[in-house]
Amino acid sequence: MFVPCGSSAAPDFEGFTLLLPAVSVGNVGQLAVDLVIFTLGMPKVGYFYTDCLVPMVGNNPYATAEENSTELSINAEVYSLPSKKLVVLQIRSPFVKNKYRSFCQTLLSWVKSSRCAKVILLSSSHAYQRDDQQLHGTPLRYLLSPAIQKTAGDLMQRLNWKEMEKVAAYPGVNDADMVLRIPGGGITTLLFNESCSNGIQMAVLVKFCSEGDNIPDALALVNYLNEWLQLIKSEQNSDVPATPSQWKIPHSWRLLFGSGLPPALY
Amino acid sequence: MATFFGEVVAAPSRAGVDDEEEAAAAEREETPEDREIRRELEKKREVHILWSSKLSASTGSFTDEQFPCSKFILAIGHNAVAFLTSFVLNSGCWEAVGSVKLWNEWCRTSNTTSVLPTDAFCLFYKLISDPTVLLCQCNCYVAEDQQFQWLEKVFGCMREEDLQVTILSTCPVTDYKTPESTLTLPSPFLKALKTKEFKEIVCCPLLEQPNIVQGLPAAVLSYCQVWQIPAVLYQCYTDVIKLDTVTIEAFKPVLSSKNLKSLVKDMSKSTEILKKLVTTNEIHNNIYT
Repeated sequence: MFVPCGSSAAPDFEGFTLLLPAVSVGNVGQLAVDLVIFTLGMPKVGYFYTDCLVPMVGNNPYATAEENSTELSINAEVYSLPSKKLVVLQIRSPFVKNKYRSFCQTLLSWVKSSRCAKVILLSSSHAYQRDDQQLHGTPLRYLLSPAIQKTAGDLMQRLNWKEMEKVAAYPGVNDADMVLRIPGGGITTLLFNESCSNGIQMAVLVKFCSEGDNIPDALALVNYLNEWLQLIKSEQNSDVPATPSQWKIPHSWRLLFGSGLPPALY
Repeated sequence: MATFFGEVVAAPSRAGVDDEEEAAAAEREETPEDREIRRELEKKREVHILWSSKLSASTGSFTDEQFPCSKFILAIGHNAVAFLTSFVLNSGCWEAVGSVKLWNEWCRTSNTTSVLPTDAFCLFYKLISDPTVLLCQCNCYVAEDQQFQWLEKVFGCMREEDLQVTILSTCPVTDYKTPESTLTLPSPFLKALKTKEFKEIVCCPLLEQPNIVQGLPAAVLSYCQVWQIPAVLYQCYTDVIKLDTVTIEAFKPVLSSKNLKSLVKDMSKSTEILKKLVTTNEIHNNIYT
């Protein structure tokens, strides 16, 4: 459930775009969301209090100074930027076993009750599961629920984006039945299918990647998102998409691969 | 991905999602048998809090099974539990008022209040002179799917009256992220995390990013942050897994905190109690006994 920060009234998200990550391979969606929150300096407006995610706490991952570095952060928090009609849910831990369905239901009912205009889910999929066609060209894909086709379908054509391909349900046996599979995408398929059946305007942006240093993948995904939402503009020319260096890297990304090495090793 | 020997193996994902199991489960509708099995498993893993009759006697009558609570001190893990036993509970001013009964793959607790230091237990104590002060010794593993239940049931019993929460816990020093190697760190050392509403002085440096805390301490602190309860977590980073006097004594700065200062009566017996606890633990953990 959404719990606002402080004692002020619950913020109004009617007509806003909700951006959230799927906990997926390489944690690319979550890294991309970190970049959006930190670059835009989005203030925290509340928590998504749930028993579906593994608990975790830490000090402010988006600290810019001593003063704001001691604000506690939990595993699911909501940030908002009314000037861009953008609300972001950041998810920082994996699901408790067998709780992912419950989370999807809670999330979608919050989407409906807060009357968000549309939902954009940032996700990723195992690069090694690509077929021969997918090995060439862009590693980025999109998906639109029927409800959002009318408003966003044309834009996808203009941007020359590639729609996520469906795969045969029974490969080699029967190629007629085509289904959507996003291996490594966590709850992406479930959320997308539920949104389609519930008339929710949802778009999914997917990056093919592997586990490793996923910062470049996150930058690619956030730039892909930016082609659509135009969250940040290039300094010289507003038609040119933002370069990776215009996204600010939060300090919580330090030591992503562990502590320093013992000198005695050498 | 392919290994050097040409075999194809599924790379474990940091995202923590077990694709095959979840994809299969998502495609299959849950049968009545599945639902029954799931319900039975959930029932087995339920967390039960059992309050003794001493609770109602000490606080007078209360409605809705809630009791007023102004201070909640929680120790998680055997070192933190031993610290409170030696330095706070030794004053003899406390009485056992409740226990948690739970089962998971790692441990099973019972509802008896007479336990050995090596048993898995989760017990509640009240300060006789001020029954709004509650202390919990949690010497058992509370699994991921049980943490929320534990939280809701424990805090659900409290009628918060300017409640302040103090949590003590330990974790391996290898979990601490630092640009230098963890081998060079002067462990054990204390780090703290506090909620927004906590305005008191903290007895040690705050835990810097990118470090995080997980498990039951994180669950309790998250609850307090969301529901605006002043709370502080003192986490001791240690390189010793078992019960260890050096690790336990690393918590000593916490005794000067506002919440614990008034509860410490007689420190002279503490070292003796501590030695006895550690020795008893070593005897019981000996593979020959």
